[in-house]
Amino acid sequence: MLSTFANPARFMALSRWLAPLFYAVGGALIAYCLYQGIYVVPPIERQGGDIARNLQAHVPVAYIATIGYYSMAAASFVWFIWRHELADMAAKSMAPLGLAYTIAALASGSIWGQGTWGTWWAWDARLTATLFMAFLYLGYIFLRLAMESRQKAARAGAILTMLGVPIVIMIKFSVDMFLTLHQGASILTAEGPKIPWVHLRPMFAGMAGHMLVFSAMTMTLMRADIYKRQAARWREKRLAGAR
Amino acid sequence: MSPAPLSAAFRQALSEAWAKGAGLVLPVTFFAGAAVIVPLGIGTEASLLARVGPGILWVALALASLVTLERMFQSDLEDGTLDLWLQTDAPMSALALAKTLAHWLAAGLPLAVLTPLLGIILQVEGERLLPAAVAYGVGGLAFFVWGGVGAALVAGVRRGGLLIALIILPFYVPTLIFGSMTVASGSLTGPPFMLLCASTLFALAAAPFGMGAALRLAAD
Repeated sequence: MLSTFANPARFMALSRWLAPLFYAVGGALIAYCLYQGIYVVPPIERQGGDIARNLQAHVPVAYIATIGYYSMAAASFVWFIWRHELADMAAKSMAPLGLAYTIAALASGSIWGQGTWGTWWAWDARLTATLFMAFLYLGYIFLRLAMESRQKAARAGAILTMLGVPIVIMIKFSVDMFLTLHQGASILTAEGPKIPWVHLRPMFAGMAGHMLVFSAMTMTLMRADIYKRQAARWREKRLAGAR
Repeated sequence: MSPAPLSAAFRQALSEAWAKGAGLVLPVTFFAGAAVIVPLGIGTEASLLARVGPGILWVALALASLVTLERMFQSDLEDGTLDLWLQTDAPMSALALAKTLAHWLAAGLPLAVLTPLLGIILQVEGERLLPAAVAYGVGGLAFFVWGGVGAALVAGVRRGGLLIALIILPFYVPTLIFGSMTVASGSLTGPPFMLLCASTLFALAAAPFGMGAALRLAAD
């Protein structure tokens, strides 16, 4: 099944209509989520009143920041084992997107923190883990940039992300033990969600929307990458023809 | 597989470190310098230092391990040692681990031995010094092993020192946290020390494969 998707021509044909579709559906879902968050749902008094509407902006973005890293690692793994070029392109494209989502999560979280906790930054477990997530993305991007060839960049990046996955889990576990101010898990708990459904529905819509937009942006960057390679090949051919 | 290449790599790394004293003296000096410069920056009251002293030592240990790593595999790449390693039947990951352990013996363990002395300077309470030194030894091993992955990944990159620091910093986080919890608890029997040992064992188990893969990449 993997090799079906590993064919660049098929990928180009598929992503030509899939990426715009994902942008449209994802954008609509995010718009619904933000509209509900800002105008419709009641404010959560316990979480600072109106500032808690930030839930709809912050939580979906923060989820993608983490999911993005795992997706990047999965793509790296596929590339490392089967050497499908598209998987490496996907990993390479997801890194800056994941970094952007991580920064957005930190920024929106800071604003929320200022509203409820009265401080822009606190050494809380999730904030700290997210901050180091940004360092992991940055390290990946700069390691790739430092390598002299595409193949080497792909190998080095894949080694780093595959080792990074257990580290992400360990960082999460260790900071949870060390410091905690953030509210505990409130969606995936044994007794079911602790947040009322009226808040959850737009939030899930936002998560799905951001996932679609993240995938669509990944596809766009991959398409740009493929075009860049084609352009380089044509240039080489023309130079060879001119001689 | 014969163990000869492994012991050769181990001895080569040790003699490299001892040859001009640079492997031993420079990291120790850097470590001590980084630790004693902090009181000048934050103030020298005994109560303040006693509280932050162990943490200063953790940070200095992490920095000292990073600065010694840059050349660890780079010289092997430049003088062809890596290519010779590839010719042997010993797995690259085992060779890399042997070299890293030798490097830790020469440059990492002395730092842990030195911590009680620096701890006295930093006003750490007397009865916490020895358990802390053991924790610094165990945690420092994890620093060196993860750092070895960074050193192997950027072996082919010129002036990769800063890059090592950037890519390896997140790998230090669990060790730093469990380590500082161990030192704060002041005992070697509680859960924090167990977790510290577990994270070091995990580093010893996982990192060699990363180093081996990265060194094969560098030799290509």
